[in-house]
Amino acid sequence: MTTADPHRLTGAYALHALPDDERDAFERHLSGCEACAEEAAELSATAARLGLGTVVTPPAALRERVLRRITTVRQQSPGGRADPGPVRGRPRARPLSRWTLAACLAAAAALGGAVWQYERAEDALREARRAERTSGGIAAVLAAPDARTRTVVLGDGSTGTVVVSRSRDEAVFMASGMPRPPGGKVYQLWFDDGGTGMRPAGLMDPGRADQAVLLRGAVDGASGMGVTVEPAGGSARPTSAPVAVLAFPA
Amino acid sequence: MREAVQIGRNPSSEPDLQELVGRVALGDERAFAAVYDAVAGPVLGVARAVLRDQAHSEEVAQEVLVEVWRTAPRYRPDFGTAINWILTLAHRRAVDRVRSVEAAAARDHKAALLDRTPEFDEVTEQVEARLEREQVRRCLRTLTEIQRQAVALAYYRGLTYRQVAEALALPLGTVKTRLRDGLIRLRDCLGVTA
Repeated sequence: MTTADPHRLTGAYALHALPDDERDAFERHLSGCEACAEEAAELSATAARLGLGTVVTPPAALRERVLRRITTVRQQSPGGRADPGPVRGRPRARPLSRWTLAACLAAAAALGGAVWQYERAEDALREARRAERTSGGIAAVLAAPDARTRTVVLGDGSTGTVVVSRSRDEAVFMASGMPRPPGGKVYQLWFDDGGTGMRPAGLMDPGRADQAVLLRGAVDGASGMGVTVEPAGGSARPTSAPVAVLAFPA
Repeated sequence: MREAVQIGRNPSSEPDLQELVGRVALGDERAFAAVYDAVAGPVLGVARAVLRDQAHSEEVAQEVLVEVWRTAPRYRPDFGTAINWILTLAHRRAVDRVRSVEAAAARDHKAALLDRTPEFDEVTEQVEARLEREQVRRCLRTLTEIQRQAVALAYYRGLTYRQVAEALALPLGTVKTRLRDGLIRLRDCLGVTA
């Protein structure tokens, strides 16, 4: 610290106007100075207001790029802290537990007693939440009264399970232990429409060995589904031999 | 003379944004699209103000928005409101980018700085005509000339306090103090709480 009175640096800190070394030193100071930390937080909020007044209309292409990008970016886990800390009256627990229960129960039923570890259930939950907004959602398919399941063991020891609900006209594919696709490639899902060929049904997250994916689009009479390895972003029709083919259960 | 401007704490539908970010944290892509629609304008605005280059600004804005998606599960409301979190991130990333660009082209640094000294009005001209801008503007007018220039150079240009001192030909200690008391005056005028 070059100054005798580091308190004065709150403004420069809030404006990101400290060089890296001084920033680090000031952050160490902040951790032991509650008044400084409070002032720094207030001044950061003030600086953000300067930004709020500066608006540039983004091009439509940026929106498309960002929304496409996030489908391939895995979110951080909520943090390793066992104690969630003070939550200031944000009742996040209630909707979460409802979906946790639905996802766990449905997953346990679908997998016929397979061990469904907590983390995996949490991943499924996250997938369920994601899909829930766009359609009935994974949990709804898994919990449908007419849900039918088929599981296949793939060559490399991974397993794939498809769950189909005819009443919802939707299907969910659950993978366990999938190897990473080769660099720059993704697993793409397909509906098998029989005579008319394969219909794109969305992409899997290449970073995850275990996941549940709601197939994009309606089953619409498809006889089964397939999984192929495709270039990032997917293809209009399969460009490689399928790594998995599952006939839908009757 | 101080113009007190009383405003709501959340000028841009903040409660909704908080809730949306909570849903993004659970992997909700549709909620993320709504967050995008709410914040992409100011995120790009901040990047554009600091970087002045459309292509660089869009890159940084994209990076920031994807970061919002990625890190939403770790966001805690007690760290500050969602919009503050996002715009602070946007400013930080834009500043990082402008400094790495400058480090690559450090020659004629002083001339470059002086060349683009207070263009503050130009920056604010880009902003959308709306209440928020008027409030920020009005409150900026309550600052002394040196406070206003120092704050504007640091925030809208991404300069370090040393660079601000160089640009305004002021001692380092003075700049540190002006940045702080300028922001404090702004905070009080805008009625900001952390």
